[in-house]
Amino acid sequence: MLGPVPRLPLLQETIRNLYFHVCMWFAMMILFTISVVHAVRYLRTLQPKFDRSSRLYAGTGILFGLLGYGTGAIWASFTWADPNIPLIDSFSTIARDPKLIGAAVALLVYAAYMVLRDSINDIDKRARISAVYNIFAFVLLFPAIWILPRILPSLHPGNEGNPALDVKNDISSSMRIVFYPAVLGWTLLGVWITQLKIRLQKLEDKKFES
Amino acid sequence: MGKIFSLIKKDFLLELRQQYSFYGLLLYGASTLFLLFMALESPEANVWNGLFWITQLFICINAVAKAFLQESKGRMLYYYTLNHPTSFILAKLLYNGILMMVMSAISLFFFLLLMGNPIDKMGAFIGMVFLGGFSLSLVFGFLAAIAARAQQNAAVMAILGFPVIIPQVILLMRLSSTAFSPLLNIPTPTILLLLALDALVILLAVILFPFLWKD
Repeated sequence: MLGPVPRLPLLQETIRNLYFHVCMWFAMMILFTISVVHAVRYLRTLQPKFDRSSRLYAGTGILFGLLGYGTGAIWASFTWADPNIPLIDSFSTIARDPKLIGAAVALLVYAAYMVLRDSINDIDKRARISAVYNIFAFVLLFPAIWILPRILPSLHPGNEGNPALDVKNDISSSMRIVFYPAVLGWTLLGVWITQLKIRLQKLEDKKFES
Repeated sequence: MGKIFSLIKKDFLLELRQQYSFYGLLLYGASTLFLLFMALESPEANVWNGLFWITQLFICINAVAKAFLQESKGRMLYYYTLNHPTSFILAKLLYNGILMMVMSAISLFFFLLLMGNPIDKMGAFIGMVFLGGFSLSLVFGFLAAIAARAQQNAAVMAILGFPVIIPQVILLMRLSSTAFSPLLNIPTPTILLLLALDALVILLAVILFPFLWKD
């Protein structure tokens, strides 16, 4: 956390946000991927336990997405925005950045997934239809997150014109020592939270059945 | 293959016999445009472009929504006994694509009539309009199937669809903005990317529709 960091122009000490912000996005993508894998497994086996996991992993993914957005916004208020103007006023210019568009789309998709789930009463139908939407939306999410930022101009670190947060070249080895375990740690924290929720849900389902 | 054609033919026949829905769609497009005509006079090229695609998006939702929502439960059961789900969904998507291409052409005509003509490369823009209309109708066609199975209306379709369609609309707007300026070239990679996305949507629809279809 407090170890030495490279002095990149513009980023300076804010580069430490890498340990939180970037890892949270990693965790979000991994959790959404786990959710989709469970959706596929549900469609193959039609066992309700996969549907339960799919839904709860998506929920934790949304939580990490919001945290990633929050840490990004705090960071942007020091680097992109004029610190003399409140962040609210400069938000509309910042949110135009393609990486933020991709992130917002991901969160909207999973919010829509939750709305769709809750709008269906029949349990089997709910599981099947929301699994189908989960897979469909996830596959179409790839272009938003990985292709769009490459073809649109961006202020976000990782592009030309701004210090690139290329993991190989721009962050020092002392940062990598923290970064990789941090990705793992945040992801496992997400998995642990979801496991607790899954167990709780299992108990509630049992209570409901008996 | 023959089955797909007969299903598309059936949809055309239905459209011809129940013409009110097509006219309703035309009226929807026309009144939206008239509202824009009242709100702005001769907008700039980028505003024109943005408004055009947003209008296409709303026309598409209305055009495609009824493809599945109009089918009653009994009739779906009847199709189920007759067809393979793949040919059913392909027929629906193709029919929606053709319908949306017709609607796009009509709304482009009215846009040019009412909002002025800032377009430099007309031929290319018409091509993009067809490609865009087709791409939008594919995504919304599959979402209409989801919304219909969830027994929901077109509003749910819009909630499900807007986040998913954003990347495609951004690509389309960037692509079509090159048709407004004589200095810019049409980027071929973007067109290929859109075609690849269309292929992806069709593939996903074919894989996933069988799960939606059975009850």
